Amino acid sequence: MAAVDLSDERLRQGVGPRAVVGLLVDRVRAGELGMVPVVAGLVVIWAVLQALNPIFLSSTNLVNLTMECVPVGIVALGIVCVLLIGQIDLSVGSISGLAAAITAILFVNEQWPVWAAVLAAVAAGCAIGVLYAQIYNRVGIPSFVITLAGLLSFLGLQLKALGTSGSVNLPYDSALVRFAQLSFVPAWLSYLLVLGAAAGLFLVGYLYARKRRTADLPARSLRFLVIRSAVLVIGLGFAVWYLNRSRGVGWMFVLLVALALALHYALTSTKWGKSLYAVGGNVEAARRAGINVRLVYVSAFAFCTTLAAIGGVLGAARLAAANQSSGGGDVNLNAIAAAVIGGTSLFGGRGTAFAAVLGILVIQSISSGLTLLSLDSSYRFFVTGVVLLLAVGVDSLARRSRASHGR
Amino acid sequence: MAILRLQGISKNFGAVAALTDVDLEVDAGQVVAIVGDNGAGKSTLVKVLSGVHSPDGGRIAFEGREVTIPGPAAAHRLGIATVFQDLALCENLNVIENLFLGQELSPFRLDDVAMEVRSWELLRQLSAKLPAVRLPVAALSGGQRQTVAIARSLLGDPKIIILDEPTAALGVAQTAEVLNLIDRLRENGHGVVMISHNMSDVRAVADQVVVLRLGRNSGVFDARTTSSEEIVAAITGAGDNAVTQRAARSETVDRSGMAGGAW
Repeated sequence: MAAVDLSDERLRQGVGPRAVVGLLVDRVRAGELGMVPVVAGLVVIWAVLQALNPIFLSSTNLVNLTMECVPVGIVALGIVCVLLIGQIDLSVGSISGLAAAITAILFVNEQWPVWAAVLAAVAAGCAIGVLYAQIYNRVGIPSFVITLAGLLSFLGLQLKALGTSGSVNLPYDSALVRFAQLSFVPAWLSYLLVLGAAAGLFLVGYLYARKRRTADLPARSLRFLVIRSAVLVIGLGFAVWYLNRSRGVGWMFVLLVALALALHYALTSTKWGKSLYAVGGNVEAARRAGINVRLVYVSAFAFCTTLAAIGGVLGAARLAAANQSSGGGDVNLNAIAAAVIGGTSLFGGRGTAFAAVLGILVIQSISSGLTLLSLDSSYRFFVTGVVLLLAVGVDSLARRSRASHGR
Repeated sequence: MAILRLQGISKNFGAVAALTDVDLEVDAGQVVAIVGDNGAGKSTLVKVLSGVHSPDGGRIAFEGREVTIPGPAAAHRLGIATVFQDLALCENLNVIENLFLGQELSPFRLDDVAMEVRSWELLRQLSAKLPAVRLPVAALSGGQRQTVAIARSLLGDPKIIILDEPTAALGVAQTAEVLNLIDRLRENGHGVVMISHNMSDVRAVADQVVVLRLGRNSGVFDARTTSSEEIVAAITGAGDNAVTQRAARSETVDRSGMAGGAW
């Protein structure tokens, strides 16, 4: 094939499983670790916590764990976008708290319909992101400072809004609270979703491979696609079966996965996604390539703060209350840490949507495991800090290895 | 007939006349090298052509029609592509993503396959060898990056390609690779404008050498028949530089010394 003839003769080409394994080993040596360290870290953490307390890997606890992941996980998805363009948002915690307060006040005190209250909170979050980007584009203040100011200001706004009582309870029978606490996917539907996911993965892979073959490009074999889907069915099927022994898979967790999949598609298969990576990699090159860099900043910041608001609303729904500590404490740092632990670079241009999901699983596992051991939050902060340092350390070593392997 | 013809181009920055009455002609399948010392106006001329600066005076004709180039996008639409010295590539993106950056096919559902096929086509036009197109640009050598940048400029099917110092900071073998690329561009019928400081590179690929000096035309030479010394003389302004002045001075001193020992 002409296409392959053109590639450099120095490029080693191989066929068969041995070559595939060899290529994988080469990639790990060269520092192209991808998701490997996070998954390995998650396995180690789960093994240790299970050894310390056998309840940890019980269905009930894992169901709780998946539900706990969602609010901060959604915030972390937004953080990934902002980190990709080489910026940061330190105010996601305050924004999620403010969104929780807006929802609760409009819904409970002002008697708005629940959808309108949620919509207003999310719109406020979106507006904050647009404001950040405008300040960044027009005044040129570093995003670190803009969002630090946002962190303080919106925390103040949240406290002011909640007033002297400092807390608004959401009624337990409202749709919002029921969604966050009690709505689970029926067992039959959960298995159907697993099968659908595997079939979808296979179909997308098959159509893509066929298209590549007709264009004379190397493509993945049918066997690989079948095995990949089979592994997905078995892995996901087992997880769902295990969760179904308790309450099952929460709709809220399905929402997190759906958002992650949507973001993954947007990042890898749309012009917008590529422009985020380009701006994070080399702003000047992106500008010269005709990308509207200002618009990229606006969209990324607005996306991040919108997701922060959604995460805040879900957090309040899960707690059935918005109070002065909503979005406070560790929401901010956990969201940023989740994105970074998952392998998103703080310097921009590297990261994936799944990074946030894996990262938040790590963080919530630590949190849940240590709570089961009835250790207080001092240990939780300490252990999370060490894990964060380890994760970034592995990434830095991988980057050095990449540099020395010329990648 | 020349694809691109500049007549009497002038550009002032405040009190500084960066370009005064400059003429330039580029044919299809012709490589024109623009040479000159620092501050001669080479970069300004390129920026006028690529639409970054608009000229204060003079006429630009493209394929016989008189045109104005108000911005980079307009230059691109006309068919003038520029590869700047810093290449402007994103190191974290792979070759395909860099080639199509800002001009992706079907923005909401990127057509990976079509872009990869077109990437190979472009690289084949240049007979360029890259290890793979799905490799991040960070993994490529300087010459390979130059290849990617030139291939990207070919994407809009331009008539004229402007290369700003394409061989600066490249090794011997990589320089040869890039010179091969320029030969290929000429064979494919593109007009090439190349800025360079390197006299041997200029003489290796250029058909015509345009010398600028202090913002003015200082001569147009046929690269095949002109010696490097003549070109250097035009660049430095023969008889008007420190070297020749000193040589002339010492000559007069010698002569006067011999004539009668007036000292």
